[in-house]
Amino acid sequence: MSDWRWLAQTPEHPHFIARVLAKAALLFVVVNLAFALLNPLDVIGAVSLYNGPVPGRVRLPYGEDPRAYNLSLNNLTAMFASHQIARPKSANEYRVVFIGDSSLWGILLHPDETVTEHINRADLTLTDGRQITAYNLGHPILALSKDLLLLDHALRYEPDMVVWLTTLRSFPRERQFDAPLVRHNAGHIRRLFAAYGPAYNLSDDRLIEPTLLERTIVGQRRALADWLRLQLFGIMWGITGIDQYYPDSFDLRTSDFDDDISWEGYTEPRPIPENMLAFDILDAGQQMLGSIPLLLVNEPIFISDGQNSDLRYNLWYPRWAYDNYREQYRAAASTHNWRYLDLWNSIDSSEFTDSPVHLTPAGSRQLAERLSTEIIMIANEDT
Amino acid sequence: MSLAHIAVFVLAALLYNWIAPARWRGWLLMIASVLAIYWLQPQTPTRQLDFFFPTATLVIAFMSWLFTRQERSLAREDWAALGVMCGLVLLISSTRYLVPELRLTSRPPDILAVSIALTLIIGLNLALWRLLRSRPLLLSFSILVIVALFVILKFEPLAVWFSGILRAWQGQDVSLATSADLNWLGFSYIAFRLIHTLRDRQTGQLPDLTLREYLTYIIFFPTYTAGPIDRAERFAPDYRDLPVLTASQAVVGLGRILIGLLKKFVIADSLALISLDATSAAQAVSAGGLWVLLYAYTFRLFFDFSGYTDIAIGIGILYGITLPENFNRPYLKSSITAFWQSWHMTLSNWVRFYIFSPLSRWLLGQSKRPPLILVLLICHLATMIVIGLWHGITWTFLIWGLWHGLGLFIHKLWSDRTRRWYRGLQQRPKLWKGWTVAGVVLTFHFVVLGWVWFALPDAGLALAVLGGLFGL
Repeated sequence: MSDWRWLAQTPEHPHFIARVLAKAALLFVVVNLAFALLNPLDVIGAVSLYNGPVPGRVRLPYGEDPRAYNLSLNNLTAMFASHQIARPKSANEYRVVFIGDSSLWGILLHPDETVTEHINRADLTLTDGRQITAYNLGHPILALSKDLLLLDHALRYEPDMVVWLTTLRSFPRERQFDAPLVRHNAGHIRRLFAAYGPAYNLSDDRLIEPTLLERTIVGQRRALADWLRLQLFGIMWGITGIDQYYPDSFDLRTSDFDDDISWEGYTEPRPIPENMLAFDILDAGQQMLGSIPLLLVNEPIFISDGQNSDLRYNLWYPRWAYDNYREQYRAAASTHNWRYLDLWNSIDSSEFTDSPVHLTPAGSRQLAERLSTEIIMIANEDT
Repeated sequence: MSLAHIAVFVLAALLYNWIAPARWRGWLLMIASVLAIYWLQPQTPTRQLDFFFPTATLVIAFMSWLFTRQERSLAREDWAALGVMCGLVLLISSTRYLVPELRLTSRPPDILAVSIALTLIIGLNLALWRLLRSRPLLLSFSILVIVALFVILKFEPLAVWFSGILRAWQGQDVSLATSADLNWLGFSYIAFRLIHTLRDRQTGQLPDLTLREYLTYIIFFPTYTAGPIDRAERFAPDYRDLPVLTASQAVVGLGRILIGLLKKFVIADSLALISLDATSAAQAVSAGGLWVLLYAYTFRLFFDFSGYTDIAIGIGILYGITLPENFNRPYLKSSITAFWQSWHMTLSNWVRFYIFSPLSRWLLGQSKRPPLILVLLICHLATMIVIGLWHGITWTFLIWGLWHGLGLFIHKLWSDRTRRWYRGLQQRPKLWKGWTVAGVVLTFHFVVLGWVWFALPDAGLALAVLGGLFGL
């Protein structure tokens, strides 16, 4: 024990323990208060092993299975710092940022099988000699508000063009504040909505405004642990190249359905009410980007030919609702003069995996080829 | 030990020092230890094993105490200790009728069945002790029982077989039996403490201990899960004269606990995310990646184990027991011999006392004495194989033991042949320092490469990883 005497070198004193405890308590309170007032999570998030000792991730961190060496967190700065987009932009790079949901992120796809990696492998060059580099900023949550958050953060990384893939499930206005990433970035989302106009109740209870206590080190212990785990998983990402757990088998998307045509509480076909779908968030994204070209894409969906497929395209969408959504999307694009590409039926139904929007490697490649043509055309117009 | 266990032990220590009268402290430590071993024991898939394992620990401890006893009768205090021990077991059994939140074990068996079983087992032990005049026979028999139990728990096929028997007894599906069912918390450490007392009685070195002293020594709760493996003759004086906790002792104790928590729950648990295991070994795509996994495993093992030791020592100090140190900067040692004098020191000392020394004495005492070099080789290999198999009876632990046994043997030969040269080197400080640094690096990497055998469950995979580390 002699080696440990340094812990108690102070002479015995009747109030020694009380003094130690009082000083420790004071220090604890001061450090926690300072943390709460300074709110340094953004600064901490920017500190990253990625794009340095370990390579940047091909897609944003997401997941809850430690076997994937990946995790979901709410610190946008840390998420982006872990992505290869945080690398310095080279002079001859034409940076195309992809925003979207789990389909784009690539559930069940290896990192090199995603749409963006197919595009990067195609080695696309513009007429001015710049090389197209695609970045996958998809995140497996269905909400346009989440996309808007990511888009705003992505602007720090000098995109030359943005491709925003969406599907009907991301549009219902009621669900825009459900995603944890949105709820825990309440201040950020409020600023964006206030600046670019989407009219929502910004004092919605789902938007979490942390109290002073919740902003302390104790209150933010989960966020701090997540940041640390992200760095450690980065080492495993560098060693294994794995960022997703692949089950040995999975349930294929459903092809046969009940004769149920209900959608979002509507049991009969009818026009989707105006303002039910959040086209205003797409408009906010367009405004945010200013002169940076934006390509909006209605992403491919699985179209079933099984039982009751005359009523439903797939498990998510009855035909009446989806057809109506496409009409509204086309009309909104025309009104706002958006570049819009409707690829809803562009991929064969055999190329969908466990959900109506998740693609096989071949489906992902087909989508990449289709998008590449548009990107080159828009980029060449832009330069 | 989880954070909740540690918090309760620390808070209980404050109450213990604040309100417990000095004369009752020994009893309180025994009672706390009995209760703690039930609380610490994890639930098991086989019904009621989480009650039977701690109970079996108490019964075996009682049996060992009885057989190591020199007197032919039990003192009043021993009867009292036996009564308290049995009373606590019955008390825990009676919690069967309480809501689950108030139980120390998931579902204890019926109190009547426990009473009958305890009476029979203790009665049988007492009868054996009284009837059998040959004490050496009883002691040898006890050692054999403990070693047999150890082999059953540590050898996968036997563990599955035994687990099947227990499942059948409980009316559960035998086909689901696995070795993991037999998670008898702390048995590896208890077994070595028991063997130490039994063997020391055989050699006449064990001090006389009351049942209370003996039982508390065997199951002292801070050391129950992960050591250190204290010695009875060192533990007993502390226990007999439990001191009043001073402010500086409290600071040392709490400081050790805090440092242990940092090592175990922050550093080791973080390193666990990037440590070598069968999955990550198969997934790594480069030699560099394998080295990172292996270094992470190396430091994780140290911080995990030494963190637990710090916590155990810290809690021990709060209760007035000074436990032995287990680590002394092992990765900074310049020879493999020095490494084993500073890594899990209480285990190393145990095997030196009970394997290396007796074996070497026996070999050297033979009429046809084998060459000294052969004696050294046999003793080093036997000692390190025992340490390896203590972790589990598998090929990989056996090879790990051989790895270190050979390392120690080769180092012994080397140091014997270079002793004079080495003394000369000490006159040249710069060269000596350089040589020491080289020794540290070499020893560290010898240990690191040895961990490959320790970390991986399959010898083929371990061999592949060793090749992969060098780009093969």
